[in-house]
Amino acid sequence: GLFVWRLRNTGIQQIPCQFVHLYHVANNRLITFQYFNFLKRMYVTRCNKVLSQRAKPKSDSVVSPYHELQQLDQEKKVVNKISPVSPVHQLWSETSSRNELREMKSAAETEDSVIPVGTESKEDRRWKEMKLRLDDMPGILARLSKIKLTALVVSTASAGFAMAPVPFELTCFLLASFGTGLASCAANSINQFFEVPFDSNMNRTKNRPLVRGQISPLLAVCFAASCGIPGIALLTLGVNPLTGALGAFNIILYTCCYTPLKRMSIVNTWVGAVVGAIPPVMGWTAATGSLDAGALLLGGILYSWQFPHFNALSWGLREDYSRGGYCMMSVTHPGLCRRVALRHCLSLIGLSTVAPVLDITTWTFPIISLPINLYISYLGFRFYRDADRSSSRKLFFCSLWHLPMLLLVMFTCKKSVLKKEDKGDPPGGSHETVMEIRLP
Amino acid sequence: PPAHSRSDWIGPPDTHSNLRPIIFYVPPEESALERRLREARQEAQASNQRFWARHNRAFRQEKEEFIYSRLKAKGLEMRDESGQKATLNAEEMADFYKDFLSKNFKKHLQYNRDWYKRNFRITFLMGQVALVRALRWLRWRKKNVEQ
Repeated sequence: GLFVWRLRNTGIQQIPCQFVHLYHVANNRLITFQYFNFLKRMYVTRCNKVLSQRAKPKSDSVVSPYHELQQLDQEKKVVNKISPVSPVHQLWSETSSRNELREMKSAAETEDSVIPVGTESKEDRRWKEMKLRLDDMPGILARLSKIKLTALVVSTASAGFAMAPVPFELTCFLLASFGTGLASCAANSINQFFEVPFDSNMNRTKNRPLVRGQISPLLAVCFAASCGIPGIALLTLGVNPLTGALGAFNIILYTCCYTPLKRMSIVNTWVGAVVGAIPPVMGWTAATGSLDAGALLLGGILYSWQFPHFNALSWGLREDYSRGGYCMMSVTHPGLCRRVALRHCLSLIGLSTVAPVLDITTWTFPIISLPINLYISYLGFRFYRDADRSSSRKLFFCSLWHLPMLLLVMFTCKKSVLKKEDKGDPPGGSHETVMEIRLP
Repeated sequence: PPAHSRSDWIGPPDTHSNLRPIIFYVPPEESALERRLREARQEAQASNQRFWARHNRAFRQEKEEFIYSRLKAKGLEMRDESGQKATLNAEEMADFYKDFLSKNFKKHLQYNRDWYKRNFRITFLMGQVALVRALRWLRWRKKNVEQ
């Protein structure tokens, strides 16, 4: 697995997915569940016409499906223990220093004295019986399916659904979201099933259920099958076959292409970006039933977003990747890593400008989104030029709030379906041509 | 693990390989299939342990050597005045990481192939064992119900 630095946040607000409110507002725009979701999760304050956001990072950010959010509450801070016993490497950050401690602990050859194991609880050092515990199962399965990441994948799919130019249908929306969630659970479980020895060797991932022996590989596979098969069936039969096909394709792409490729070639990053781009496309096809230019644009935006996000993140993990045998751009082609990140930051600006051309949003969207796109591009440029830890971190943290912000702005600038009906255009557009440009 | 236990026990991560060792329970009435499964798991565990312990040791060693040679080139000592170990920053270490990764690339490819094969085989055997056990339990249930 690849990962995401967990931000220091005080608490994760669990999104209660219970209420759906449909209102018709004065200008006939439908405010959907998705909108409320976004509002609840993000605190947007407008100061001087500049949208600034106090984001609750982890749970709010919509990250790519192959980034897991680190379980910070399981690890304890250990910074103070490092100074007297200075490790060989430079102390980069808390995370890295925790890495150091792990390394130091495991390095028997170091002539330094044994470091007190403050990070791990006594629990970790005990021998545990490998028995199936049913009351622990929900927690174990949640970790196995990377439930938080799944929730974020589902929200990107919901964003795709919300942006589709058709009247909102609740049942379709719920079926699509649930099906996508199940598919994501399945894919994540298989990913963990494949990566047990590698996960044990990397700090972020060594507390996963399969690594700790809390669940057997057989059970993990059965769980994946029992999520994936109903999930895809739900999408195919309950929504439409195209969405089901996309879901199945995404699972296969993630488990059979991306996961093995991580250890073979740097191409994995591009494959992973496609994996991240597909959920919003699925949301769109669930709503409209066809693959329009709008779906591809949304997918394109998420695809481009993956690169600054992941490349910035992987910059600080080069040691772990090198030792674990993962082929990542940040290790093998550092220049390319930074170039690609910058390139895709700039392409986000371009893609945002294409949105109104395709009649997905009004022209206010590229204008309002320009500040945040320029800011992330600026940070991308700084990362490109400086190539150090602080610029990579800045870019990474920016990417975490940039995407939800962009999607929210996109949604508020969405071209109203009813307005289009007034103009005589059929909602959803014609399905014959993919790149159809409608004149206002 | 206590002597009377009837299940496998998993321990804390090994210091060298970071893998968690498992002590397998050998039931007295172990079937041939179950024995094959247990042996496959033991073999996989041993092989993984060997690989990662050696690999991590090599990593640490080569890293030390790299730092030493770089510091020497810069004219610095391994320890500065206060007795602390001198370190290189991330950018300097980047060359080492790239080098190490490419040197071990073939080794990893081979290991990946082996690991995937073993993993599938073990999981498949687990499935077979579970199926046999389930059938046995059903038969036992049927017998009990009939009685």
